[in-house]
Amino acid sequence: MILKNKDVLGLESLEADEILGVLEIASRFRAVFDRPVRNVPIMRGRTVVNFFHEPSTRTRISFELAEKRLSADIVNFSAANSSFKKGETLRDTAENLAAMKIDMLVVRHSSPGSARYLAQVLDCSVINAGDGAHEHPTQGLLDIMTMRQRLGDLRGRKVTIIGDIAHSRVARSNIWGLTKLGAEVTLCGPPTMVPGALERMGVVVEYDLHRAVADADVLNVLRIQLERGAGKTFPGNREYHRMYGITEDIVRGLKPEAFILHPGPMNRDVEIAGEVADGPRQVILDQVANGVAVRMALIYLLSGGDPGALGGSDKG
Amino acid sequence: MQWSWKRIPAEYLVANVKLYQGGKIARRKGFMHVKKGRIEQVGAGEAGREGLPVLDGRGLVCAPGLIDMHVHFREPGQEEKETIATGSLAAACGGFTSVVTMPNTEPAIDHSGMVRYVVDRGKEAGLCRVFPTGAISKGRRGEQLCEYGEMVSAGAVGFTDDGSPVTDGNLMANALKFARVLDVPIISHAEDLSIIGGGVMHAGYWSARLGLPGMARASEDSATFRDIELARATGGHLHIAHVSTRGAVDIIRRAKQDGVRVTAEATPHHFSLDHARCRDYSPLFKMNPPLREPEDVEAVAAGLADGVIDCIATDHAPHTATQKEYQFDQAPFGVIGLETAFAVGVTYLVKSGVMDLGRLLELMTERPAGVLGLPYGRLEEGAVADFTLLDPDFTWTVRADSFRSRSRNSSYLGETLTGKAGATFLRGRLTWRDEEVLADDPAPRRGA
Repeated sequence: MILKNKDVLGLESLEADEILGVLEIASRFRAVFDRPVRNVPIMRGRTVVNFFHEPSTRTRISFELAEKRLSADIVNFSAANSSFKKGETLRDTAENLAAMKIDMLVVRHSSPGSARYLAQVLDCSVINAGDGAHEHPTQGLLDIMTMRQRLGDLRGRKVTIIGDIAHSRVARSNIWGLTKLGAEVTLCGPPTMVPGALERMGVVVEYDLHRAVADADVLNVLRIQLERGAGKTFPGNREYHRMYGITEDIVRGLKPEAFILHPGPMNRDVEIAGEVADGPRQVILDQVANGVAVRMALIYLLSGGDPGALGGSDKG
Repeated sequence: MQWSWKRIPAEYLVANVKLYQGGKIARRKGFMHVKKGRIEQVGAGEAGREGLPVLDGRGLVCAPGLIDMHVHFREPGQEEKETIATGSLAAACGGFTSVVTMPNTEPAIDHSGMVRYVVDRGKEAGLCRVFPTGAISKGRRGEQLCEYGEMVSAGAVGFTDDGSPVTDGNLMANALKFARVLDVPIISHAEDLSIIGGGVMHAGYWSARLGLPGMARASEDSATFRDIELARATGGHLHIAHVSTRGAVDIIRRAKQDGVRVTAEATPHHFSLDHARCRDYSPLFKMNPPLREPEDVEAVAAGLADGVIDCIATDHAPHTATQKEYQFDQAPFGVIGLETAFAVGVTYLVKSGVMDLGRLLELMTERPAGVLGLPYGRLEEGAVADFTLLDPDFTWTVRADSFRSRSRNSSYLGETLTGKAGATFLRGRLTWRDEEVLADDPAPRRGA
């Protein structure tokens, strides 16, 4: 068994060998993408519910695609087109879902801890597709997969995460996963967005961007949520870009082989300059492709898929 | 005459008890003679009176009925959470004979008619003395003063907008001026909402790790400081509710040294639990002020031990199971406390060596009575016979069905605590008896 629990709620709750096991399976799925027939009918007759209580485009599409490539039956259930509204407790929703006898639940919810709560009350597997500012484990896994494709073993590698760490579930999942695999993680961003208390998670907090990226092997540049407190937590896009934006100038100071991740969607010329976003250092489309593979791997493993049955061929 | 729990006589002796008096538990066994709801005689040894029914205290501690100066009984308006009757029963069960209710009901207790309503409902329940506080401002909106004089005449023992701070400093100063004339405290819910900014737990490592918005200590500290300066300027009696930070303890200590008329209370959860308890996102650890850092917990406990904080108050805040089933960030603030307060005190303050049992009981009887100027909280001749028989060694596990409160939102569910009330008496009449602690079986359970 690669995964020890029935759910994937965060990278905090996965051990290093589980993470590596999932990535191994993901790389085999990734190899299938280049074949003319990309579907693997492993999940035929099984039902996966995508429950998105918060708007999401990329993550939802990536999950759907992963499920379709595994031939699962899919039900999409989102806040906008359901009776779910503020005031109904998550328990009510969970009991409704349980009554429908589903095999797997993919959940995106604005409340931290909500995926964990659903996993406790439901018998089916739950995959956290982002719970508030807490964790986004599939994003963390796809980021790590992308890094490992270029760097191999991450032990001793330096990864700098830049942006609104306080509100970022991507940051937390990256921190848990990367530190477990032995990477050295630095957090950087405006002091209003990077709580110093996070150093207790075994990372370095550095408020000066130049120092934070000087010897980095990887930059993971987070999306700034402009709707969230521009004017109060930071003065505005211009100042943000000047102090923490990844510009051509910053890129010139990087190690020659260093590369840049971004979870998308990008605010061009805010957290990342347009020319960097289109430049040779970014690996954003690899992230997107790896995202589907990672999600396929998790769904496959959680539904009891045998890692050996996939054939040991291509290692991505 | 034989003692019978079924029919409490008008005159009786409580014998074979360790008496609490003046912050100490007597080493020698003593007795108390109760007659027509008053204490006729109290002392060491044997009563030397024949013919009276004798309640054998079996070596339990006989203490004045506990006094909780901060409870939310939710009536009127949120009777699904608690009523004055169910809250009174929960109080009796916890060893309490007097409680002070907060005015943040729906509607708020902001005029004398509402004050009288709470007093009357308390008397109807008849299980403990219910002393209402009134709101500082009409509708708790922080705009217009209430009619304090008339409300005091109707039975209000203090004023507070608890649940929310009084943002308008001038209004707070004016309330303190009236309070000075009327000789009642203004109770401060010390919080600066402009600093909090939508937080749901203490701002620190755990809030950062869990991805939950934090409530900075500076919010409580600065609001405590402001209200103390207003008390200094006006001479009014300021009482700081639910102190939770080391900073606030220090600010209160300095103000007391300066002679400012300030008193303070702390809750059992703030002297026993820290913010790491939120790690599983259980809303049973969501309250305002929030559970803070271990050093704050220590400072609050030390403040209680050395007297900077005057008393223990529960901030008993019932919520239905449904409301506590919302996710942590959506759930309401507050936990119940009446039925666990004594046990949490014994477990976290006495057993850990912060203070002795006598001091703990002082903080739950004489001291809150003193803050409010109430003639209760002492076992002395002529006093009203409000008392409780406590077993400080009784070990029990807190379960949802342990509670007499209408709500079960306790932070201590599943925890094993030490200390329980065996029986509680109001004006000499039994209001609660725990048959596990004080069984019918007359055989002595404990050594002499």
